[in-house]
Amino acid sequence: MSYVFTVSPDFSPDHLPEWFVFNTWMQRVSGLRFHLELMDHFSNLRRAVEADRIDLIYANPHDAATLVREKGFVALVKPGDGADEAVIAVSADSPFHRVEDLEPGSRIATTEDPDVHLMGMILLEPAGLNRENVTLHHCDSYVLVAKHLFRGESDAGIFLARAFDELSRPVRERLRTLVRSDIQVIHHYLMAGPRLADRVDDLRDRLTAMGDDAKTAEILKGLGVSRWEAVDEEEVEFMVDLMDTLSYSPA
Amino acid sequence: MLSDMNPADVTGDYREYTLDLFGIGPRRVLVTDEEVPYPDGCLIVSRTDTEGIITHVNRSFVAMSGYTEDELIGAPHSILRHPDMPRAAFADLWRTVQRGEIWQGYVKNLRKDGAHYWVKATVIPNVRRGRIVGYTSVRRKPERRKVEECIALYARMVAEEREVK
Repeated sequence: MSYVFTVSPDFSPDHLPEWFVFNTWMQRVSGLRFHLELMDHFSNLRRAVEADRIDLIYANPHDAATLVREKGFVALVKPGDGADEAVIAVSADSPFHRVEDLEPGSRIATTEDPDVHLMGMILLEPAGLNRENVTLHHCDSYVLVAKHLFRGESDAGIFLARAFDELSRPVRERLRTLVRSDIQVIHHYLMAGPRLADRVDDLRDRLTAMGDDAKTAEILKGLGVSRWEAVDEEEVEFMVDLMDTLSYSPA
Repeated sequence: MLSDMNPADVTGDYREYTLDLFGIGPRRVLVTDEEVPYPDGCLIVSRTDTEGIITHVNRSFVAMSGYTEDELIGAPHSILRHPDMPRAAFADLWRTVQRGEIWQGYVKNLRKDGAHYWVKATVIPNVRRGRIVGYTSVRRKPERRKVEECIALYARMVAEEREVK
């Protein structure tokens, strides 16, 4: 039997070859056949999840909620490199110096990355901004968000903090951070679907042992992950509850 | 049980009130006029059991409350209750979450040192295998205009509640 493994499309494309290396390692140590199928867009991923085609996924926090609550997925591990955070940035020469300087009607550059967009909109709330009173420019990458700001096409941009920090120095020097989130509990998770239910403990053990030797440490480094940390069911449930509070909007 | 606030913990001039806390009874609180600004970018997160007893706090919660984590875990969530908050707001909160629904509102919280901070709070029931096992409360930085509206609204509500008493 072959299983389908995929990676959330928000993951930096720079790391994609390393996911193939990781997949090869997974197959070797688990004795299972995984087919790594990369989706280039969130809508393709959602269709695949809806059709129950996915067995193993490196999921963003937004999709993790659906996978746990509606599809019976179990979180195996999370990266031990800190939580997902968001940054609101403006062009270096922008007249805005704090979030509260932005006004309704502002033009906001963002991506299709659902959890980063959600965190970003929370950070804009103190200025009275919400989805009803801003103009959103959806970009395909964080580099394009930065370009929107340089060109004066947007007043502020929403970035995944890690992606913001990985922008090249010349790009970062043309941007200025207004605020960076410190939420602490929102993570990506490597998750297994119901067809892998009897392999969860074995997979988790093998993943948390990664990095104990030079070869697997190198694979992790390629993914931008220092180590995998085991997670229990309640930790993920807690994050899902927290995401629900952030996305809650009274009728 | 929840002990009275200690004057030695309070910074500057303070006023004294006695709150009648649901399920706990009277608590003497000491209140100054100082507002501590909400920290940019942070979420203040806590969890309680179904009785409102704190079971988890994040580091932003600890920092903003002025209490230590040891003082907070096991304490009732009303340790943060400010006398300027109307009882009706919390009654609505509890009615809502006990129905299994999400509650959202603006809350003025009292710190250990008598100062206060405003939050936009969202409380969600933690449903596990169909049963509510506790509540998660997530606070974020409020829009100032909303805070000003609530200051006026809550003052009217508190005055009405005192008249009825």
